[in-house]
Amino acid sequence: MLSREEYHSGVKEAWCPGCGNFGILNAEKRALVELQLAPEKILIVSGIGQAGKFPHYLRCNFFNGLHGRALPVALAAKLANPELTVIVHNGDGDCYGEGGNHFIHTIRRNPDITCIVHNNKVYGLTKGQASPTSDKGFKTKVQPYGVIHEPLNPLALAISLDCSFVARGYVGDLQFLAELIKAGIQHKGFALIDILQPCPTFNRVNTFRWYEERVYHLEEDREFDPKNQLKAFHKALEWGERIPLGVFYLHPKPTMEEQIPALAAGPLYRQKIQPSKVLDIMEELSALS
Amino acid sequence: MGKPVAMTGNIAVANAMRQINPDVCAAYPITPSTEVMQQFASFVADGKVDTELVTAESEHSAMSACIGAAAAGGRVMTATSANGLALMWEMLYIASGNRLPIVMTVVNRALSAPINIHGDHSDGMGARDSGWIQIYSENAQEAYDNLIQAVVIGQHRDVRLPVMVGMDGFIISHSIENLELLSDQEVKDFIGEYLPLYPLLNIKQPVTYGPLDLQDYYSEHKRQQAEAMKLAKPVILKVAQDFAALSGRKYGFFETYRLDDAEMAILTLGSSAGTARFVIDRAREQGVKVGLIKLRVFRPFPMKELQAALGHLKALAVMDRCDSFGAAGGPVFSEVRSALYDLSPHPAVVNYIYGLGGRDLGIAHIEQVIRDLQEIRQTGCIRELLTYLTVRE
Repeated sequence: MLSREEYHSGVKEAWCPGCGNFGILNAEKRALVELQLAPEKILIVSGIGQAGKFPHYLRCNFFNGLHGRALPVALAAKLANPELTVIVHNGDGDCYGEGGNHFIHTIRRNPDITCIVHNNKVYGLTKGQASPTSDKGFKTKVQPYGVIHEPLNPLALAISLDCSFVARGYVGDLQFLAELIKAGIQHKGFALIDILQPCPTFNRVNTFRWYEERVYHLEEDREFDPKNQLKAFHKALEWGERIPLGVFYLHPKPTMEEQIPALAAGPLYRQKIQPSKVLDIMEELSALS
Repeated sequence: MGKPVAMTGNIAVANAMRQINPDVCAAYPITPSTEVMQQFASFVADGKVDTELVTAESEHSAMSACIGAAAAGGRVMTATSANGLALMWEMLYIASGNRLPIVMTVVNRALSAPINIHGDHSDGMGARDSGWIQIYSENAQEAYDNLIQAVVIGQHRDVRLPVMVGMDGFIISHSIENLELLSDQEVKDFIGEYLPLYPLLNIKQPVTYGPLDLQDYYSEHKRQQAEAMKLAKPVILKVAQDFAALSGRKYGFFETYRLDDAEMAILTLGSSAGTARFVIDRAREQGVKVGLIKLRVFRPFPMKELQAALGHLKALAVMDRCDSFGAAGGPVFSEVRSALYDLSPHPAVVNYIYGLGGRDLGIAHIEQVIRDLQEIRQTGCIRELLTYLTVRE
């Protein structure tokens, strides 16, 4: 029986007091304990940003790479060893800005990885510039008259790409968030969990109070069916007075690794090398030339 | 004489940009250069400049936007560091190949992996073959002065090349120093009105940038870039001369200190020159004939000038704040040593790689370098061609 302590890395968190990241760390530990996933079976991949620090605080395998580039690393690791539980932790600037192209194309490939986005709607690590998800009119030191660009809607984008699992959590709703992370990890296929996360230092608009007044669970709408792509897309556009939380879209389908014949007999490291097969091919080729 | 002010390197550079008043700046935040553009954004918001500020979604996009704006005919500037510069890499070549005089502050920082946000020259040195003029600064004053000169150098008709001005991350970018700013009018007059060559916005004379250029003309275009680098040398000196007349501060390809009668010398770039000067003064008090050469311009590389300045030495230590893995030594060492090869006799040259990822270079380290130089001077033998300083091994 794995306890919560098994996932403590002992590294002190370098986040501001009140940072939403503490909630994500907490929820993820709860999810991992409930799933009884052994630390050595987990790989966390992160980029750069406040979210990039996340795996330092969790005892498991981790790869901390470059800004925006967590997804390609995660995808490759999953292909190299599909037995690993691969979880990506990146931020809104990281995943939706610099890593935007990887986000789109990893969804298309549908590897069985969980992509958790710490969405605080601001660049935290570089101290408070607008991010791709900052709302129009959001004021920063670089955008003192407010952001003039439309915010990127990650859920609508993912649903439009037929992403196999699309969800939104909120750090103020911890048990619910832990359940979402658990469901995302258990889901076979690419699972996006966008987490609304206040940044008490650089985002004074989207605060805990702001979210508390707006968030609700999708399940409250009895009519809602996460299997309906159009309805899910419609829900994903809802933002402002009311902000839905939960699983927006669910479309189980074959994963990338399931479709690669070389992996059918299990991870490559467990497959025996058979030189005789290679020799046959080489002979065939040399006969051609 | 300007009024002394206290500023960090980043704020000094942002003020130079304010006085330069570029048409377009496109940037993406990255430590430790973020503050340059953040401060500059305040100048934009306060109406202190007429600049169009583009907040891009990556450094690749930032440099792309700079290129577009420069091709359109604008005076264009930006700032970045480390992996930001690395991500711009292919665009650096587009800027130089299209002869667009973009001016960029590079707050020098170590490259990942593993991640490190502190100062070294890996980023700038990685871009040394990109066709950009490279100027390195020792302190905030130099970063400010170099940036203003960079504008005039890059836009010169004989040059038309992009320029990057380096300063050491945190050591310079985040330290408050006293410096003198020129008046806004002085900077305006010094840089002059920008007259673009072949701007895309001139609809009366349509032009094409960057079309397919195969075996027929590509070599000639590259040869022209090489020629522009060569022609940049007299321009750099002329601009420095004009700048000295204006500010009283003298610049060249490099700066020497107690070098004329020296038998041994240390060659360095950037902020470590200050520490080296201090140690050299102490060694001189004990009768050790050691001097300093601080390289300011790395591209174009002042080969002939270095030969003239260093030829009389018996031993020279080249300090690299960057490694070139698997090479003969650090990038500065390789080129300086090559420059001295033609001299007969030539000084014994050794290399020290130091201060990676912001590791402090202390007095004792430079004292060790001087002791090594003395040994080479006395014995005529080089024991270690390449030494990793400030590292545990």
